[in-house]
Amino acid sequence: MARTIIPFGPQHPVLPEPIHLDLVVEDEKVVEARPSIGFVHRGLEKLVEKKDYTEFVYVAERICGICSFIHGQTYCQAVEAIMDVPVPPRAHYLRTVWGELSRIHSHLLWLGLMADGMGFESLFMHSWRVRERVLNIVEATTGGRVIFGSCKIGGVRRDIGAGAIKDTLAELAIIERDLREITKVFLNDNSVKSRLCGVGVLSRQEAHEMGCVGPVLRASGVAQDMRALGYAAYQELEMKPVTRTAGDSYARCAVRCEELFQSISLIRQALGKIPDGEIAVKVNGNPKGEVIMRTEQPRGEVVYCLKANGSRNLQRFRVRTPTFANLPAMLKLLQGCELADVPVLVLTIDPCISCTER
Amino acid sequence: MPYFQMSWLAVKWALSKPPTTRYPFVPRRAIAGSRGQLVFTRDNCVYCTACAKKCPTGALTVERAQKRFVLDRLRCISCGCCVEICPKDSLALSTSHGSPATTQNNESYSGT
Repeated sequence: MARTIIPFGPQHPVLPEPIHLDLVVEDEKVVEARPSIGFVHRGLEKLVEKKDYTEFVYVAERICGICSFIHGQTYCQAVEAIMDVPVPPRAHYLRTVWGELSRIHSHLLWLGLMADGMGFESLFMHSWRVRERVLNIVEATTGGRVIFGSCKIGGVRRDIGAGAIKDTLAELAIIERDLREITKVFLNDNSVKSRLCGVGVLSRQEAHEMGCVGPVLRASGVAQDMRALGYAAYQELEMKPVTRTAGDSYARCAVRCEELFQSISLIRQALGKIPDGEIAVKVNGNPKGEVIMRTEQPRGEVVYCLKANGSRNLQRFRVRTPTFANLPAMLKLLQGCELADVPVLVLTIDPCISCTER
Repeated sequence: MPYFQMSWLAVKWALSKPPTTRYPFVPRRAIAGSRGQLVFTRDNCVYCTACAKKCPTGALTVERAQKRFVLDRLRCISCGCCVEICPKDSLALSTSHGSPATTQNNESYSGT
């Protein structure tokens, strides 16, 4: 059988962001996928040498448009760890609430894109309709819809008052009701199941060996979730990593669906026992030292490495994003799959290319 | 009933009020607390330059001697740092986002 190379991306209807794959196909079967990345490299890591370390939070937040808050939070946590800043407990709780809201809207975005990738347009529209409610909560509490801009070194910049907490909880009840309806379709509908069940199976061992993170790893049965490390307020909240054992596309979808409800539960717990007090402390001096900080983004574990030499600008800033860790697994999944399954398999790792290339 | 999961939802949504609006003919409902456009009130300003020093993108230029306040909307990210630092409350973020800035047209305000 003659081999043909089909270029896939960087501009493609199923790709939300630019990544290029050369798909080597034999008939309708993909034999190999060769990726090329680097289309949206912006040099944000280098920018750390020019920007004041307190101002760099805004740059860190702009690494990604979806998990923006968690990028800002991780950066702040890293600098706070170097400088030994005692962050007030209320700020920890607020960071947790916004982090989980960001997870809900990211997962809903993914569910919509997944439905779109399968050709289920109406489900796509309605996933994003629910996402709009989450974005409204975010806008009302932080002021921004995509870039929250509410995290700073030493705490947070905005508080959520008692009235806003009540409104948020009321809106969450509506969101949960809508999510139950939508996830029922994702998990039970026959047409969805026929596109996802048994497609792109990644065994527990393969997922572990290839260094997968986040929902991709948890869908293969490894209960690894960085929130269990107990950063921010997670140590005081009840949380158990959501896992599945099948390791196929359906399992990855199911993990994300269940994580939506887990996030709602975490927000309710956090808002229920949020302590009173300050939301930020004043930070004096410049950081000096080196630190590695790990947090759980919607797509998985993100690793920040910071090096500071005691000046206003950091010396080195390095990010290992979850999509980068999941790319080898995606290439493995694409080997031997049907050409028609490529969009589903590419989307199933929830690729965030602007994160990966920074 | 796996075959009719979507059908009854489609009927339900078809019969309910549409969640979308006819934007831009119908303006977007403003959300309280939203960080929109930066609004400058000239009367209160003492040209202390605190906002310009704090701005992370360098969108503000304040000249104390000439009593001049210059705002570059193309650079402004509506972070609200200047609003927090302003001692005279002459800066505020409106809930309206305004039209996007596409060119570098500095808005200049001069005091008397």
